[in-house]
Amino acid sequence: MDFFLEVLIGGLLAGVMYSLVAIGFVLIYKASGVFNFAQGAMVLFAALTFVSLGERGVPFWIAFLVTLATMLLLALAVERLVLRPLVNRSPITLFMATLGLAYITEGAAQALWGAQVHGLDLGIEDVPLDFGGLLISQFDLFAAGMAATLVLVLSLLFNKTRIGLSLRAVADDTLAAQAIGIRLSRVWVAVWAVAGLVALITGLLWGARLGVQFSLSLVVLKALPVLIVGGFSSVGGAIVGGLIVGASEKLAEIYAGPLLGGGIENWFPYVLAMLFLLVRPAGLFGERAIDRV
Amino acid sequence: MSLSAAPLLELDRISLSFKGVKAITDISFAVARGEICALIGPNGAGKSSLLNVINGVYQAQQGRVCFDGEVRRHMRPHHAAERGIARTFQNIALFKGMTVLDNVLTGRNLKRRSSWIEQALGIGRAHREDDVQRRRAEEVIAFLNIQAWRQSPVGTLPYGLQKRVELARALAAEPKLLLLDEPMAGMNASEKKEMSRFIVEINREFGTTVVLIEHDIGVVMGISSHVVVLDYGRKIGDGPPDEVRANPEVIAAYLGTRH
Repeated sequence: MDFFLEVLIGGLLAGVMYSLVAIGFVLIYKASGVFNFAQGAMVLFAALTFVSLGERGVPFWIAFLVTLATMLLLALAVERLVLRPLVNRSPITLFMATLGLAYITEGAAQALWGAQVHGLDLGIEDVPLDFGGLLISQFDLFAAGMAATLVLVLSLLFNKTRIGLSLRAVADDTLAAQAIGIRLSRVWVAVWAVAGLVALITGLLWGARLGVQFSLSLVVLKALPVLIVGGFSSVGGAIVGGLIVGASEKLAEIYAGPLLGGGIENWFPYVLAMLFLLVRPAGLFGERAIDRV
Repeated sequence: MSLSAAPLLELDRISLSFKGVKAITDISFAVARGEICALIGPNGAGKSSLLNVINGVYQAQQGRVCFDGEVRRHMRPHHAAERGIARTFQNIALFKGMTVLDNVLTGRNLKRRSSWIEQALGIGRAHREDDVQRRRAEEVIAFLNIQAWRQSPVGTLPYGLQKRVELARALAAEPKLLLLDEPMAGMNASEKKEMSRFIVEINREFGTTVVLIEHDIGVVMGISSHVVVLDYGRKIGDGPPDEVRANPEVIAAYLGTRH
């Protein structure tokens, strides 16, 4: 039983890491109805900038703030150069644009800081702690704490403020949103900047675990099943989806792995996602489209 | 001339074209404060384009727009909203996922003064302000008689009601000028009657100036004090309803044809 709990908790905490990546997608999807393929590249860009500044002797918090400012500049550039010219175009057009943006961001990150692998030490040891017989990774707990704080801040921002209402308005109908006095450009910059902050935190946590390198931009692949399970338009869904994916893939690996030959956790989330697509295409918390016929 | 006698909105030789296709040619007219002005004309006459110029969706290539004593050449829709122009759309543009109340509350977007930090933490001005915004929104909802659907997602409401919610959202902004693009399109006779009554009441109670586009001549002549007739992007008539009705050019272009 203890072993089961340990696997379950380990899985849930790993899931939190997936949720972090997924939240970045949800934010931008909510605001513009577009799947931002460049989120992974933003994670890489943020982590690489932070770690490279650190290696040049910049103190932690200064490096953090400078990286954050860089992400804000990136948001401004994206709004000005990509979103504004493409306003009111179809989602597939915007999606293709983010595809291009992904390559440009990745290229820029590596042109600026080089392509070698960097280690990242956040000063938290990845050692198991003993909770009454259960061994739980200290780093995972820290990551979970970070994610919880982030979600709290985001939900206050988006549920209680004018920004949140504006965001929903822009996502629903850009023309009507403008007519009630919302500045599209501000909303977009705000959302991309927040997505940049999420990318930075994701990059730091994943970078500390995997090392800061090109493959960091591939963690987005883990976010896909999370989004399908939780729903594309809900931050809460991204969290729950991440937990479900994390826990189920670890449990499947341990308990079904021996029967099926192991390596299950690599493909299990996608099978889960496919089942969800068949049964509940909007995900657990996604908005179902309301259409009058 | 005193300020109140100056027109609220003045269009001066406006021309608009799309890649060489002329939508509006050299149109000038003025809308006095507190009047209901109707834009009429056959389909494709440029009525909606003109509305879009007034509210900044389109930028006219030539001419100038003077609103509330301020001349401007370029204006974006959010500027127009800040200056007190609210509008509804020919094809309803509501926030479909939100409830009726939330939609109306978005109309009060520009009335909020508290910062987003205050709003997030529910402190300071934000708390008091929430009550005020909500009360105002509820007043508009009561005025337009849609209380029964306050908490329904607008996407689920019938067409006529959605039109009314859209009017409520525009009205919630307490605009100086209300632009209505075919507020009665697709409605039956009794719905039209009700909507006309609302428009007249808004105009009378709040002194809101209204510019509306409408095809139903009976409705137009009944509620407006000023009619502007367009045909092929040109103005062919401008004046009180009776005068316009008697204008031979207007009769030839529009009123005389069966439809």
